[in-house]
Amino acid sequence: MTEPVLATFGLTKIFGAVCASSDVSLTLNQGEIHAIIGPNGAGKSTLISQICGGLKPDSGRVEFLGRDITTMPLRQRARLGLARTFQVSALAMDDTVLQNAILGNLGARGKPFDFFSSALKQKDLRKTAMLALERVGLADHIFTRTSELSHGQRRQLEVAVALTLRPKAFVMDEPMAGMGADGSRGMTTFLDGLRDEAPILLVEHDMDAVFALADRLSVLVYGQIIATGTVDEIRNDPDVRTAYLGDAA
Amino acid sequence: MNREFMVNSALLLGLVAIPLWAYVSDEPFTITLATRVAILALAGVGLNIALGLGGLVSLGHAAFFGIGGYAMGILASHAQSYTPLIESPFLLEGTKSMPLIWIAAIISSALMAMIIGALSLRTSGVYFIMITLAFGQMLYFFAISWPAYGGEDGLSIYVRNGFPGLNTLDPIQFFGISFTLLICALWLAARLAHSPFGLALNAARQSPQRVETVGLSPYQLRLVAFVISGAITGLAGALFADLNRFVSPSMFSWQTSGEIMVFVILGGVGRLFGPVAGAALFITLEHLLGGISEFWHIWLGLLLLLVVLFARGGIIGLLAGRGSAHD
Repeated sequence: MTEPVLATFGLTKIFGAVCASSDVSLTLNQGEIHAIIGPNGAGKSTLISQICGGLKPDSGRVEFLGRDITTMPLRQRARLGLARTFQVSALAMDDTVLQNAILGNLGARGKPFDFFSSALKQKDLRKTAMLALERVGLADHIFTRTSELSHGQRRQLEVAVALTLRPKAFVMDEPMAGMGADGSRGMTTFLDGLRDEAPILLVEHDMDAVFALADRLSVLVYGQIIATGTVDEIRNDPDVRTAYLGDAA
Repeated sequence: MNREFMVNSALLLGLVAIPLWAYVSDEPFTITLATRVAILALAGVGLNIALGLGGLVSLGHAAFFGIGGYAMGILASHAQSYTPLIESPFLLEGTKSMPLIWIAAIISSALMAMIIGALSLRTSGVYFIMITLAFGQMLYFFAISWPAYGGEDGLSIYVRNGFPGLNTLDPIQFFGISFTLLICALWLAARLAHSPFGLALNAARQSPQRVETVGLSPYQLRLVAFVISGAITGLAGALFADLNRFVSPSMFSWQTSGEIMVFVILGGVGRLFGPVAGAALFITLEHLLGGISEFWHIWLGLLLLLVVLFARGGIIGLLAGRGSAHD
């Protein structure tokens, strides 16, 4: 068995009286989609922030590609190849779709201090950005202002920006949120193919998508992982049924 | 070509045509007014890089304007009194050469912008405004209490500094110099806005989180923008001092910072020619209304209020419509 791409060891984060993460250990292996599900307020976003940077855990470690990244700033984790998409889109809303995608590639290149050339006319920047936009199906909207996109399209753009980083792992926070049934199906098919490129840690509420995609599932309740396993294992786990799936059904 | 391009061209054309007309009809004062517009617009172009592109509301740009002014004043005053600037460890003489003074102004204001920026960019919002204001005031009081260079009275330079091959005392020639520098700065600002750096800086203004997520540092981007911005405003300060042949601490005052910001807001924040339109309107109003009443700032205030309430894109926005998402 090879080393996991991304792993957490005993992550714990406490806000006052609330234990947002309690001893969370999970792994993301090459070529897999590992989904994290759990009811609202289970601590999914807190967990993601500790993995991607932005929140420091009270105790525990995060390892990425064999390196301890627990205290590394967000942008250095991104440089290493950890690409994150946001639940609430964090895009440059006044810029065009293409500009946002180019920004991603600019970050991957790591040399933003280029003052005189035209960003949109640089062939390599534009090519990578266009390729990513084509893959998520936004190629027809490259000159649209981002604020004029639908919620679903913004999700697609988030994923496209992540693609331009050529990451070693994706961390996606509800990439289907706000999408219609069609969009959701399209994104499911797309993510299905993406796992061979880089593994995905997926936080998602859309259970159809999760069950269709996930190689493994972890169930997070009150900051604790109560079960990890394949889709079938989780479906049949009695604890999970009472804690989560039972409530939903 | 789009409407903004036409508005911009008309503005430039006006800024050239008016002094030329004044030259033909022998009205040197009008040429001086146009020169003021060009120089103040240059200061505004500098601020607009920080404010418009970077979203950095600096109320301390007088610091750079003043440093540019004093770079000119100090170098020229030593040249005019034939005393060296420093004797050890090496001899540094004053100079009356404009290009050298410009370089000194650009370097010193860029350095100051680096120091002020490095400290103040750790904050944001109201705190950033206050810290930049505080730095500006610090330099203001420093200039007042520095007797070697005139203290509160400032420094008079008797003869305007020279530019190889030109007679800088001729108003139209000095206008030509100022206008050319303005064009250079506008060209630089235009390139910057479309460059990869401009794209990243612009994104950092809208969503710093996004910029971090792609692996870039918003702080670094802003600091570089602040230094470029300060350097351009510093160059404008050197020209302004040369125009008046006089430097005083008032160049450092927060009113000066406010005025530069007024040019940008009147003309249109983040619009390439915003500072040009703003400075032109400001000087025109000052000239026309100032002749009627010395309280003309009341009308300026009213106008500013109207622009902020009803025309967020400033004059350029009013004439050319909402900025196109540039291609």
